[in-house]
Amino acid sequence: MSASTGNPAAPSKGRFDIWDILIKFIIIVASLVCLLPFLHVVSKSMSADSYVIANQVFLWPKGFTLEAYSKIFADASILRSLYISVIVTVMFTVLGMILTIFAAYPLSRAQFKGSRVITFIFLFTMYFSGGIIPDYMNINNLGLMDTIWSLVLPLSFSAFNLLILKTSLTSSIPVSLEESARIDGAGHFRILWSIVIPLSKPIIATLSLFYAVGRWNAYQDALFYIKHATDLRPLQLKLYYLVIQATESFQLEATTVTLSNPEVLKASVVVFATLPILCVYPFVQKYFVQGTMLGAVKE
Amino acid sequence: MKVANASKTNQNALLRKNSRFSFLQRDWQLYLLVAIPLAFVIVFKYFPMAGLVIAFKDYKIARGFWGSEWVGFQIFQDIFSKPDFAKAIRNTLLLNVLDLIFSFTMPIILALMLNEVKSVKFKRVNQTLLYLPHFLSWVIIGAIAYQLLSEGNGVVNNLIEMMGGTRVPFLQEDTNWLVSYLAIGVWQSMGWGTIIYLAAISSINPEMYEAATVDGAGRWRKVWNITIPSIRATIVTLLIMSLGKVMEGSFERIWSLQNRATTEFTTTIPVLVYRWGIESGNFSRATAVGLFQSVIGIILVITADRIAKKLGEDGIL
Repeated sequence: MSASTGNPAAPSKGRFDIWDILIKFIIIVASLVCLLPFLHVVSKSMSADSYVIANQVFLWPKGFTLEAYSKIFADASILRSLYISVIVTVMFTVLGMILTIFAAYPLSRAQFKGSRVITFIFLFTMYFSGGIIPDYMNINNLGLMDTIWSLVLPLSFSAFNLLILKTSLTSSIPVSLEESARIDGAGHFRILWSIVIPLSKPIIATLSLFYAVGRWNAYQDALFYIKHATDLRPLQLKLYYLVIQATESFQLEATTVTLSNPEVLKASVVVFATLPILCVYPFVQKYFVQGTMLGAVKE
Repeated sequence: MKVANASKTNQNALLRKNSRFSFLQRDWQLYLLVAIPLAFVIVFKYFPMAGLVIAFKDYKIARGFWGSEWVGFQIFQDIFSKPDFAKAIRNTLLLNVLDLIFSFTMPIILALMLNEVKSVKFKRVNQTLLYLPHFLSWVIIGAIAYQLLSEGNGVVNNLIEMMGGTRVPFLQEDTNWLVSYLAIGVWQSMGWGTIIYLAAISSINPEMYEAATVDGAGRWRKVWNITIPSIRATIVTLLIMSLGKVMEGSFERIWSLQNRATTEFTTTIPVLVYRWGIESGNFSRATAVGLFQSVIGIILVITADRIAKKLGEDGIL
């Protein structure tokens, strides 16, 4: 899906065309612009202090050392944040999928009465919301402030994902299949569990990725809701305080050689926080493309 | 099909038995399923909407939600007279309109170029690289931006200096910050935005191109007269959706890129809501600003949708 097949606009084979070269050149430049910044940060994170201070590191590490990384792994608060991020992402994704499936299956059934009203109730939230402060007060009133639940519960339902799943279920689970299961004595719970979910694995996997990556990358809600419980800061928020605000320093005692330049440490924290995404990126990218296109069809 | 018909007659019999609410008996499991997400949406989306009324109250934490006094549009009059509010409106519009101009057009241009490339492998490799920034969080992008663009030790400035230029405060001076902000937005979204356009382009009937070739149309003529008109509906739909966000803008993006030296353009509506509400505890004022923003946003979506329909497009509503 990432590359469309059939390319009628291109000229016939073998003809030299200056435009082909130019277009390819521009695309390569754009791709490098996307890649090189990250490569630079990686190189910086693995370089020796002195070279970084002398501004000599570009795209290849100089004076290779992993000292900054060993510092990160010795810092309990960063590992703690990583742990929180993982826990929150897993809980959020599971809950989000449960809610989405529970809403999408009934709404995809033609015989379900009241689906218009219920669909409206769900989709209205896509266009109108209370906004930052009412959300904040709501979390406060529910007593979720400074708890892990403030990061799991509020955003766990996505109307956009519901739309995608509903469209998919309507077309992929024919009513006749459902009816024959009912004749055999299966209730809706059983149909959902033994027929619908197994048949919808690809779309469920895609939406799970949407939920997981969205949760992993968000930090706004953590910035608002995790004020005092520093133990509950997810990785992105920790990164924010550490690198962008620079209000926090590493919790290390100065037994090892201190790095005189925080730049190397900052670079390595950035790489550390990006690694999980980079590890899954090659595998999830194509699902994202499919999911995005499905969403576009519905819009 | 026989089975299905049989089940229909069964159901009809059932329907006749207890006429009006038989569907509840038949489908109670479906209602139970949907009740769970409904409860979630009500608690986490609709409860906060009720909280919007404090924009019309003089909210005091001690008195609580019900005890606070009604003041009508007093709060709105109050915020409209604040200089920060006018600045936030200006900045929100400025940042988002400029962002719309650059971040919206770039993916279209890129998609048209990618479509001109024949090699599938070349396309795939480059698309993979172009999508990458979309997967990074704004905190990480902000951190990378400072590593790259800071005046003291950013690599871009190192290169400029090596080539004999003077260092530029990309992120530490107001106007430069604005340009950097826009450029980073384009960088983050350009590759990802091409997906939908490429999908739209791939559904164009190849015969149209063949016919044009027979008629002697060159490459650019085909792009101009076939490809672009064919993806016009997609462009319009996405444009309407973006227009609705012109009053919004990402809090995370600004918050990750702002710093003390660049307050001129960073005061936007979401930032103002955060400062007034969460930092200073003036909930009524911050809620009023948020409400103002949502209402304008909805008006913009509806207006854009109407205009699109007048122009003969499908629209989204």
